Amino acid sequence: MQLARVIGDVVVTRKDENLTGIKLLVVQPLTPDRQPAGRPLVAVDAVGAGVGEEVFFVRGKEASFPFYPVEPPVDAGIVGIVDHWDLERT
Amino acid sequence: MLLAKIVGTVVATRKDPRLVSNKLLVARPIDPSGKADGNYLVAVDTVDAGVGETVLIVSGSSARMASGMKDCPVDAAIVGIIDAIEVSD
Repeated sequence: MQLARVIGDVVVTRKDENLTGIKLLVVQPLTPDRQPAGRPLVAVDAVGAGVGEEVFFVRGKEASFPFYPVEPPVDAGIVGIVDHWDLERT
Repeated sequence: MLLAKIVGTVVATRKDPRLVSNKLLVARPIDPSGKADGNYLVAVDTVDAGVGETVLIVSGSSARMASGMKDCPVDAAIVGIIDAIEVSD
């Protein structure tokens, strides 16, 4: 799983039928120091996240598991909204 | 999933039988502002996309979950045509 910030949303009318009713968000992966890490990507939302929130997301087929038994064709999915994180520096 | 712009089509006569009658398109990933970002890729089209359109591409094993792609040898599938992207600053 990876930390990310939700930076936008995507509107798609014509799409795979199993994607109907699923919210798509643009997320920017983050380092623990809240710096952007890599390129932004589109992830499905399984937890009701919104723009500006810090979240964690899974990559791969597992992103579709929250929607079981429907199997939407997704490869990244937000599975949690982060309240805060702490790092122990040594 | 990737945002991408369709830039071309691919014609392949000899191919895996499970790919027969599937449209293959060349896509260039873009960032949310529309700037090209990364390498071209070939994706199977499941939503009747066309050249010039901005699309949503699912990659990896999840591509096989696109409509009609079960057990097909694909690793990138177009699953949506983008109407709008809104990004906050």
